[in-house]
Amino acid sequence: MVTSEQTARATSAGVASASLLEIRNVAKSFGKNVVLRDISLQVAEGEFLTILGESGSGKTTLLRIIAGFETATSGELWMGRERLDVLPPYRRRVNTVFQHYALFPHLTVEQNVGYGLMVEKQTKSEVASRVEQALAQVKMTAHAKAKPSKISGGQQQRVALARALVKRPQLLLLDEPLSALDANLRRQMQVELKSLQREVGISFVFVTHDQEEAMVMSDRIALLRMGGLEQIATPREIYSRPATAYAAQFIGHTNLLQGEVRGGIMRCGSLSWKTNLPDGPYLLSLRPENIHLLGSSLRAGAVRLQGKLQQRAFHGATELLRVQCADGLTVSVRAGARTEWQGELEFEFDPADAVPVRGSAERI
Amino acid sequence: MFSRAYRTAITLPPLLWVTVFLLVPYLLMFCYSFWSVSPSQAILHTWTLDNYQQLRHVDVYWQTLLRSMWIAARVTVFSLLLGYPLAYFLSFYAGKRKDLFYQLVIIPLWVSYLVRAYAWKTILGSDGVLNTLLQYVHLTRHPLEFLLYSPFAVVLTLTHIYTPFTFLPVYASLEHIPRNLVEASHDLGASPAQTFWRVVFPLSIPGVLAGATFAFVLSLGDFLAPLLLGGPSGIMISNIVVSLFGAAYNWPLGAAISFCMLVLVVSLLFVSERLEKKWSFA
Repeated sequence: MVTSEQTARATSAGVASASLLEIRNVAKSFGKNVVLRDISLQVAEGEFLTILGESGSGKTTLLRIIAGFETATSGELWMGRERLDVLPPYRRRVNTVFQHYALFPHLTVEQNVGYGLMVEKQTKSEVASRVEQALAQVKMTAHAKAKPSKISGGQQQRVALARALVKRPQLLLLDEPLSALDANLRRQMQVELKSLQREVGISFVFVTHDQEEAMVMSDRIALLRMGGLEQIATPREIYSRPATAYAAQFIGHTNLLQGEVRGGIMRCGSLSWKTNLPDGPYLLSLRPENIHLLGSSLRAGAVRLQGKLQQRAFHGATELLRVQCADGLTVSVRAGARTEWQGELEFEFDPADAVPVRGSAERI
Repeated sequence: MFSRAYRTAITLPPLLWVTVFLLVPYLLMFCYSFWSVSPSQAILHTWTLDNYQQLRHVDVYWQTLLRSMWIAARVTVFSLLLGYPLAYFLSFYAGKRKDLFYQLVIIPLWVSYLVRAYAWKTILGSDGVLNTLLQYVHLTRHPLEFLLYSPFAVVLTLTHIYTPFTFLPVYASLEHIPRNLVEASHDLGASPAQTFWRVVFPLSIPGVLAGATFAFVLSLGDFLAPLLLGGPSGIMISNIVVSLFGAAYNWPLGAAISFCMLVLVVSLLFVSERLEKKWSFA
């Protein structure tokens, strides 16, 4: 993983002090079709914020509202003391890297990168030197004179990035920029993009449907679902403390357990443990890797469970086991690979790892 | 992949068609252009360059050819000036009414050319709609004579008739421009005007060239509009060809003029195609 805990902490602390972009109660509908409902969030200076969601979650619409290609039905955008949403796209100090790059086919790589400076009426020498610098930054100097149709998808991606960065925006918007690349190149670009972002120090708002990509690259993730903001937090936080059943399932694997608290005791099928939660029904998210094989090191207060191995899926470093417990409960357990698993098994987990979440237990 | 017999069977009919209706007539025309007519009005099949010499030395021929080109050039410019904004509006701003507007542009094409030319005659004539109106509102006392039977009338009519022909290719090329290029241009700080001149227009040049070629070539060879509305000052080269093949009975000279026109048009098409290729970025 590229994200270090330090940057994550630094930026989540920085949100309150130096917010660059503020989205206030933004909603959008196309006719009767509600695409975004009451989205409020802030992007900190130098932050890498990912807007994560399935197709139809409204993530691209939100990005297009920030860029100015769509108008919000209600709500406001603020950038410092400037109200952004009343400005046309060409007056916003925001630049976009488009999903399909949108390079001008009639211009060379060099002219594409210089376009945004030329329309600003910068001097020729200024344009030339900044273009050269931007192309060097994305390692595309060798292709400066080529037309976009003559370079590969990954190279077009770099040009699109240089074209946006050369404008020195305060905020860069990226609309699924890696989705058209094949898996290997994609991973390589994730790393490159992240280190480039650190290097230039500007805020990135990155849209993706790929939760792994979001985890690897982001300082914070804003998870959208059906036009609503499900949760916004650092990757670690959202993974270990998902707010909703949807968040828990969308970001990584999880077991959703239905339980009930009465008098300080959580009951979940045949399992039970002490808790400080008030009385009531609960939905709990328990990550497969937080369920351990019994015996390795019995922890104080750990909850035990027994079950029969039903299925195993090999994932390289780990295996995912499907275990059927006596009372009809089925859980997934992540265990080290190359172990001989068979028949009846005993497991334990720390009740603190069973995180109460909002929402229903239906599988997504 | 396919059998020889099958390939022959499907290529033969078009080949025959082209040979019988295109190559042979053109070849005949080419031959005729080097023959001559005897005083007794018989075609003499002896080779001579006389017809081409006449084209160079008799003023009326090359002057009419030049006038035809000048009329065609004006028609081209005016129909682009009308057709381009129309296509641009339809493609970028018409929204849901796009199809309706498109049909409205196309519908006149279903009406006979002859009818439309006659319509202009009724509008522009000395007792026509326009002159009656101008007199009625006292803008003029006598009917304006230059309206009809003038190059003006020809240019006006041809512009009206060929604007859809420039509109269509321009519209097609505008429709092919990915809209995210326009967004990218705005995103990079270009105003709508800058975006139009630096992105939209350059990418529509193939359509402009195709439309201009249509308008120019079609109006260069037009003979009905000048016949009906041109008067003596609005005569075009096709009218001369028609009379040479008809009343004047000088097929060889008519063939020579036609052949020159053919060379002119084919070279125009060639140049325009090369330019279109140069400006298209698939």
